[in-house]
Amino acid sequence: MDDLRKKAKELLTENKVGVVIGYGQGSSGRARAVFIKDPDKTDQLIFNDKCVQDLALYLSKAEVKKMGKMAIVATVPVMRAILVLASEHQFVSDDLVVLGLSEEGKYVPLDDFKAVEEYLGALNIVLSEEDRAMIEKINAMSLEERWNFWQKEFSKCIKCYACRAACPLCYCHRCTVESNQPQWIPVAADAMGNMEWHIMRAMHIAGRCISCGYCAEACPMDIPLHLMTYTLIDEIKNDFGALAGMKADSEFALSHFKLDDKESFII
Amino acid sequence: MIMTTENKILKKESFSTLIDKLISDQKKVLGPVKNGDLVDYALVNAASDLTDDYILTVSSAKSAAFPKIEKLLSFTNSKEGSTVTDVDFNNLPELVIVGARPCDANGFAALNAIFTWDYKDVIFTKRLEKTTVIGMSCSKCDDYCFCTSVGGNPGSTEGSDILLTRMGDGNYLAEIVTEKGSKFYEAYSMFFEPAGDQAKDSMLANVPVKFDHKEIVSKLDGFFESEVWAEQSMRCIGCGACAYVCPTCACFDIQDENKGKNGVRLRLWDSCGLSLFTLHTSGHNPREVQSQRWRQRILHKFSYMPDRLNVLGCVGCGRCSRACPADMNIIEHLSNLMEVKK
Repeated sequence: MDDLRKKAKELLTENKVGVVIGYGQGSSGRARAVFIKDPDKTDQLIFNDKCVQDLALYLSKAEVKKMGKMAIVATVPVMRAILVLASEHQFVSDDLVVLGLSEEGKYVPLDDFKAVEEYLGALNIVLSEEDRAMIEKINAMSLEERWNFWQKEFSKCIKCYACRAACPLCYCHRCTVESNQPQWIPVAADAMGNMEWHIMRAMHIAGRCISCGYCAEACPMDIPLHLMTYTLIDEIKNDFGALAGMKADSEFALSHFKLDDKESFII
Repeated sequence: MIMTTENKILKKESFSTLIDKLISDQKKVLGPVKNGDLVDYALVNAASDLTDDYILTVSSAKSAAFPKIEKLLSFTNSKEGSTVTDVDFNNLPELVIVGARPCDANGFAALNAIFTWDYKDVIFTKRLEKTTVIGMSCSKCDDYCFCTSVGGNPGSTEGSDILLTRMGDGNYLAEIVTEKGSKFYEAYSMFFEPAGDQAKDSMLANVPVKFDHKEIVSKLDGFFESEVWAEQSMRCIGCGACAYVCPTCACFDIQDENKGKNGVRLRLWDSCGLSLFTLHTSGHNPREVQSQRWRQRILHKFSYMPDRLNVLGCVGCGRCSRACPADMNIIEHLSNLMEVKK
């Protein structure tokens, strides 16, 4: 951590960045995002197992962008979110400084997106055992059981859209659910409205999800909605051999047409 | 109507039989139910569905009078025009909320002030009339509780028709607070027993006072342009979690949903924290960035409501802080306001 703090301080002192986005101490033992502008305050930066928020979401926030060039403390999911955002032309390498953090919390200097790609490429990126077990459990369910499982989970949804706000890849200024002429998705937080919203969200993130799991962390009703997009990671990998957030110039399976795409589903 | 409090005892075994009796009397019972790792309000089918292992439910009890979805009318469109059918709100079922914490019970006063301010909202008022609140004092609290900083306390009878406090022997001290509570007691007096001298104070949680709400209210006057709003809300991610779990947030949206020629008009929860909330048709948004929405949230509760409705828009339950994905902590932000210069 000291290396990271030192680097953050250096960047701010030399005016190479306007703000360092990182993790700081939150309330009641939680961690929270901090936005450091003052080089003398870089000792606020922390890292522990509570630092689960995907900070990459702040790279799209207007008020943060106004603070000048951004440096961001990047754990593996943050790095991967950055590469998806870069692939979608949200910014280029020179727009930000990536302060890498290994899973053990060690500072990893990363000069550009190429270095981020190389760092990630050397890792074996897999889901946690707990998430893998849950996905297998859901996949083993009959169609009816699976339907009932999700219906029960979605019945808790209050449509606060914390899942959307927490996701670094849900950065649209105007979401489909906010259109009412025509109304694509029922607005009410009832059985139909909740199911349509969660399916739509999952489909928009399909093949883009970088498994940070922050959507489920953010959900005040404890819906394990990350399992939907995690399942789609498997589907996309099996059908197209693609894993999101590993390259800064990826073409996503569901948004790019290729002449050799499988068309077996058409029959 | 507040009456002189009358005390009774509700034996622990009578508590369950009372709940089951209410259900068999066709009353709807809303109470804390365990659902996975969380405890939330739900309509129960039997007393055994209820749990007492909670500090606070995730959501507030406001849905009793202000449900997340309220059907206002249904309509059918045809070549000749539209036919509208109103919803009959005159035959709502009786609802009993059990286990509402004093902060939750108190939340109905703030909601009522909003819904009867310049126009008496018929639906809210009728739902509230049909609701009996059986509160439950708090024996435990956590870091996020601050009722004592906003005029409440863990054994407050405000807002409850009957307030229960679990005593050392496991039985409940029942304080009959309102006329509605008296009527309830008269109908179910067989479940209650006379109470001797019982002091509940030693059974209550110790909720430390974090700030003086009167000072906050007077300080906020003239604080509109402060930079503190942007500083505090930089990490706010702009979801509606705080508003939807809040016992006093009353904003709503009206949406039509139709399938072919038939449709319904719905009143749905909305939040001033969402960017769409103030977006005009022209594309202009008077609250363009999150800091302006955060300012609105705080000023509405701690300045506009006390000023216009003579009631604070916060009961100190701390649900917003617990639910916040970005750790926006209301106690910290309000305390911090007291330290900043205008």
